[in-house]
Amino acid sequence: MRTSSNNRNRRAAAIATAFLAGALALSGCGGGGNDKSGGTGGSESSSGLKLPKLNGQTLEVAAVWTGAEQANFMKVMDEFKKRTGAKINFVPTGNNTSTFLGTRIQGGKPPDVAFLPQVGVLHQFADKGWLKPLGADAKAQLAKNFSKGWVDLGTWKGTRYGVYAKAANKSLVWYNTQAFDAAGIKTAPKTWKDFLQTAQTLSDAGSPAVSVGGADGWTLTDWFENVYLSQAGPEKYDQLAAHKIKWTDPSVKDALTTLAQLWGKNDLIAGGTQGALNTEFPKSVTQTFSGSTPAAMVFEGDFVAANINGDTKAKLGTDAKVFPFPAVGSQAPVVSGGDVAVALKGGQGAQALLTFLASTDAAQIWAAQGGILSPNKEMDMSSYKDAITKQIAQQLLAAGDSFRFDMSDQAPAAFGGTAGVGEWKDLQDFLRNPKDIAGTQQKLEADAAKAYGTG
Amino acid sequence: MTSVANTTGGAGALPTPAAEPGKSVMGTRLWVAVLFLLPAFVLLGALVVYPIGYSIWRSLYDADGSGFVGLKNYGDIFSDDATLTAVRNTAIWVAVAPAVVTALGLIFAVLTERVRWGTAFKLIVFMPMAISMLAAGIIFRLVYEQDPNLGAANAVAKSVHDTFVSSSVYPGARPNATASDLKPSGGGSFTTTGTVRAGTPALLPLVGIAPDKLPGTPENAKAASGSGITGTVWLDFKLGGGGTKGKVDPGEKALKGVKVEAVKDGKVVASAKSGADGTFTLPAKADGARLRLPASNFSAPYNGIDWLGPTLVTPAIIGAYVWMWAGFAMVLIGAGLAGVDRNLLEAARVDGANEWQVFRRVTVPLLSPVLVVVLITLMINVMKVFDLVYIIAPQPSQDDANVLALQLFLSSFGGGGNEGVGSAIGVILLLLVLPVMFVNIRRLRRERQR
Repeated sequence: MRTSSNNRNRRAAAIATAFLAGALALSGCGGGGNDKSGGTGGSESSSGLKLPKLNGQTLEVAAVWTGAEQANFMKVMDEFKKRTGAKINFVPTGNNTSTFLGTRIQGGKPPDVAFLPQVGVLHQFADKGWLKPLGADAKAQLAKNFSKGWVDLGTWKGTRYGVYAKAANKSLVWYNTQAFDAAGIKTAPKTWKDFLQTAQTLSDAGSPAVSVGGADGWTLTDWFENVYLSQAGPEKYDQLAAHKIKWTDPSVKDALTTLAQLWGKNDLIAGGTQGALNTEFPKSVTQTFSGSTPAAMVFEGDFVAANINGDTKAKLGTDAKVFPFPAVGSQAPVVSGGDVAVALKGGQGAQALLTFLASTDAAQIWAAQGGILSPNKEMDMSSYKDAITKQIAQQLLAAGDSFRFDMSDQAPAAFGGTAGVGEWKDLQDFLRNPKDIAGTQQKLEADAAKAYGTG
Repeated sequence: MTSVANTTGGAGALPTPAAEPGKSVMGTRLWVAVLFLLPAFVLLGALVVYPIGYSIWRSLYDADGSGFVGLKNYGDIFSDDATLTAVRNTAIWVAVAPAVVTALGLIFAVLTERVRWGTAFKLIVFMPMAISMLAAGIIFRLVYEQDPNLGAANAVAKSVHDTFVSSSVYPGARPNATASDLKPSGGGSFTTTGTVRAGTPALLPLVGIAPDKLPGTPENAKAASGSGITGTVWLDFKLGGGGTKGKVDPGEKALKGVKVEAVKDGKVVASAKSGADGTFTLPAKADGARLRLPASNFSAPYNGIDWLGPTLVTPAIIGAYVWMWAGFAMVLIGAGLAGVDRNLLEAARVDGANEWQVFRRVTVPLLSPVLVVVLITLMINVMKVFDLVYIIAPQPSQDDANVLALQLFLSSFGGGGNEGVGSAIGVILLLLVLPVMFVNIRRLRRERQR
């Protein structure tokens, strides 16, 4: 039985290799003639970053990005190539990164470096012995440039494996400045009470106050995580993320009660709860910044900027501005996400690349392309393309070590990462009927028990 | 085969070669026969028999395929709510969809026989078959869109509704909760807690509409005065905020045409409508009454039917399926109809049967073999339905629309990651299809014998 499943994997790997061969051939055509540029090799930049000579080597990097995101990343890789002479081959993983990588690894063809989108995958891969620990140079850069919280996120059972080169800030409320002006609101709300008051005023002024993208379950989990982190505190948050306390815990009840203060009021939600359940995340952004009666506020991470730029005519910084998620408890929450770079192959090349990614140079080049946040605390903040991104990045860094990684990304996929089941579905049901707090808790607990048990 | 050989032999067009030793009656050596059958056997074995065997075997193992769990996966299926909903929905699908499609196909086929433009009509009804399930799913996702401006189904529902019920002037308006003594009094109306007196004008502040979105060109509100029973209905919010809540501040707009009722002991004693400056005057008998703003002032615009909500989602998707497959049924039944002996119909008519009786007693029984074929084909098809449900059902109600094939996909690849349970569902689906297949094969065999 073991053998047959191995066969299966080998077959899949063969297919993957065939694809890869095609990809190699293609990139080989495109990248010809650039090989000689890095001839001098080994370089030392002003920031004291030392990289080895890697002339003639080709490194493979796998990540989920496509399109503009991939192009921006490749700009960073161009610099790496200039300094070391190594060629970089980018492999898009598709949406299911862990499956893609698992197949490649079992087929004996892992990429040199991969970006993992979930903490859980890092732990899982480390346990299977698929990850190579960070070398001394990379560790030095990491210690110099990153706060302990981010270093720890890339660590599993005492060994450092990963570099968080890209982060996301999921504790932001974006608002339509026109709606705020029309309602005469001058200052952004700092606490949950202010936030509800602001929403009420906006609603009185005739704008749908809060746009909720309830047709996508993940936006609702992010709502819950922010409220929970701020109200119950980081310790409880960690325990709940690891399912060490149950979802029937009183702290969860409090968080849901708090959420119900907003979700239970049809007047405050764009389209009412029924409308929110029919609103996907992209629509929740567009209906806040375009249309005849735009909503006033929409909650989500820094990536909302991409939707505003892409789908609406609103200008960031003038029509659309952002404030941190209001504090429900004593401190405003900072929920983050991010992609961690790990080495899947031994050797100088992969380590050099991780060292480079952990450096301020790489962070600055990447930040200058726009669309990303770096948790690198030593980098020059003026590298960021616009004031809004800078503000968001500063907020993330200001949280120091009290930020927390997205809870649903830490949970097994069956609970925190699948459309129509688990936490996504249960919170959607809760949005439909915000009075049923106890029932929601029980459903969440039942689903969590099942997913954590098998996962 | 034999019959073909006989006819050609009988026609005498070709000389039949004499049977050689080592050849079968069919005139083929055994190894040649095996050689010719081999590709089919290999393909069937690799693509049908092996996967079935592997699925059955896999369904006895756990999520990552390393531990034998016996029949536990099957037990899990029948204790899991999501899968039970899927079983229930699949049963609804099998019971409803094939029957509706066949009935519609029968009606279309019989009617198009008599219409002059029958072929054109048939072409149009058959056209959805040319669209892939995925595209049809996307089309119906748009048809069932909640917003009447986007979704065709709700656009129809809304225009029908609005023909009978007129909409209000100020949908969404509501009293300013902090500064007014208007409180909800059931059914969407609002009533003051205090009573109105002559000489003290009543203030009825409303909010919830953007000042620049008021219909027409509203005048500025004026505080009512005078000795009669008067008051003002106005929008207690001006662009940019400011002013005192509950007071008629300069620049705040009047709400014209709001109906105000004076209520004493639950009975309406008088009513008035606010004028262009927002003021209204009630007759003297309203003295001491409470003021009520009836719901007709504020009723929200009709927003259509929640097609893809938990209750209607399965019927809605079945509707999409019927749209796709009615053409298929019509064409097959139409072909059957063409083969029906007209004399029988004529004979029935001569005997004095009316059209309904002819249809019911003659056409349908004659068509029954075709109807059974259509019904069975559709039943097998319906059990496998996946794409329509996956695409049309929005995330929040996907659970309520779940069918077995979708549950199979979700539990093995869609984040559940449990291929054991997925295989078990696959095996159950196979067991459900088998009886239908059996009936189908029996019928085919009987037909051949005839």
